[in-house]
Amino acid sequence: MLQKTPSNRTINHRRIIHPLFVRITHWINAYAAIAMLMSGMRIYNASPLFEFKFPAELTLGGWLAGALSWHFAVMWLLVINGIAYLLYGIFSGHFIRKMLNIGAISAYRNIKLEMKYLLLHGTGEYNVIQRLLYVLVIWDVVLLFFSGLALWKPVQFQRIADFMGGYEQARYIHFYGMVILGLFILIHVSIAFAVKGTIKSMFTGRLTKSQIAKLERN
Amino acid sequence: MSIEKKPTAPSLEPFKKKLEVIQRRSFLKKSLSIGALSLLSGCTLKDEDAVDKILWAMSQWNDRVQSFLFSPDKLAKTYTEAEITNPFPFNAYYEEIFAPIVDGENYRLALSGKIEDKKSRSLEDLRLLPQISQITRHVCVEGWSAVGKWGGVPFHLFLQYIGADITAKYVGFQCADKYWTSIDMQTALHPQTLLVLDFPGKSGETKYGFPLKVRIPTKLGFKNPKFVTEIFVTNDNPGGYWEKQGYNWFSGS
Repeated sequence: MLQKTPSNRTINHRRIIHPLFVRITHWINAYAAIAMLMSGMRIYNASPLFEFKFPAELTLGGWLAGALSWHFAVMWLLVINGIAYLLYGIFSGHFIRKMLNIGAISAYRNIKLEMKYLLLHGTGEYNVIQRLLYVLVIWDVVLLFFSGLALWKPVQFQRIADFMGGYEQARYIHFYGMVILGLFILIHVSIAFAVKGTIKSMFTGRLTKSQIAKLERN
Repeated sequence: MSIEKKPTAPSLEPFKKKLEVIQRRSFLKKSLSIGALSLLSGCTLKDEDAVDKILWAMSQWNDRVQSFLFSPDKLAKTYTEAEITNPFPFNAYYEEIFAPIVDGENYRLALSGKIEDKKSRSLEDLRLLPQISQITRHVCVEGWSAVGKWGGVPFHLFLQYIGADITAKYVGFQCADKYWTSIDMQTALHPQTLLVLDFPGKSGETKYGFPLKVRIPTKLGFKNPKFVTEIFVTNDNPGGYWEKQGYNWFSGS
């Protein structure tokens, strides 16, 4: 947790800040989520819910059948990888340690610290905005999964479809879920590019030299 | 001077098989956009075929999963008259004006394959069988949906009546508009699968599939053939017009 680590942070520069399991599932997820998003936009274009279509260059599959093939192939990767990540997150303590300390009390107690480290990246700790966004996007993917099931199998998974408010409403929920995912990816990727070293450490799992130097200045 | 051989007409015959493979695969070639390539970091253009193969294999895997998920007695939701979409959308692989107009009086439904009584049937013959009607949601593979009312003979009764081999795997359909498709036997036997004689729209309107359609509320719209002229029962998957271009074969809902 943030509050007890400012001094600990610089103790061991070689320590793993992103566990291997998180790194592997992260990159598989990155591939799967982007493929789902791009093919999903092409599927949307076949029968748009609103007065616009997505530019074809942003989509995957070439035409509806291709996009559907991609979507229904990659969904397995997304779901299997997602379940593996969730199980790891729950049982390894990863979620508790790094994400679920969003609570009002912890935020209040550590308000100064939080302000100071609000946008600090590349420490292996998630800052408060990261924590909020990551929890949000995990729930968003869960929502996409269930609304997707309702669309794929509105008869066999009738209960899920009913829960979503019926087939037509599930289309809107799936669409808004996709918008949230798209916005998350935009923010996440821009910050990753803006903050030096974060992308590299998502591969190596370790702090980069510039990150260590920056931490020591703090 | 040399003796010239009599030239023979060029023939595509030797390449036929290969051409078919190319045709079948063409959709996936199309599907390989720049976006796809950029996602496949480390893959070159040469791997195009490998991607096709993976997508086809996954589609077949999804056929098996859907067949497993299909429950023979789970009924699709039914709706009230007030919920019917009016006018019901027309959809086919061609424009509405090209919809075939079939002469109902001289119409005969052809039967073939693993069926005992292959005598062709007139509309009158089919009207003699028990009739039901139902209001269900038609879900198109494109995403849109519409609620419509269809009436006719429960398909499982029809299969029984013609002595179809219900241990066979597939039921195939040929249509007056050159469309064709096929379904699995368990879906054919589903209580809501209907041999349609009464269509949405105004009376006399033929574009929704007159004289004969098969309505399957547990499958996507394109698996519901219109203007059906022949029904056959077989153990070899007959595929279909859209299915051979890359749309998933089972396409259950």
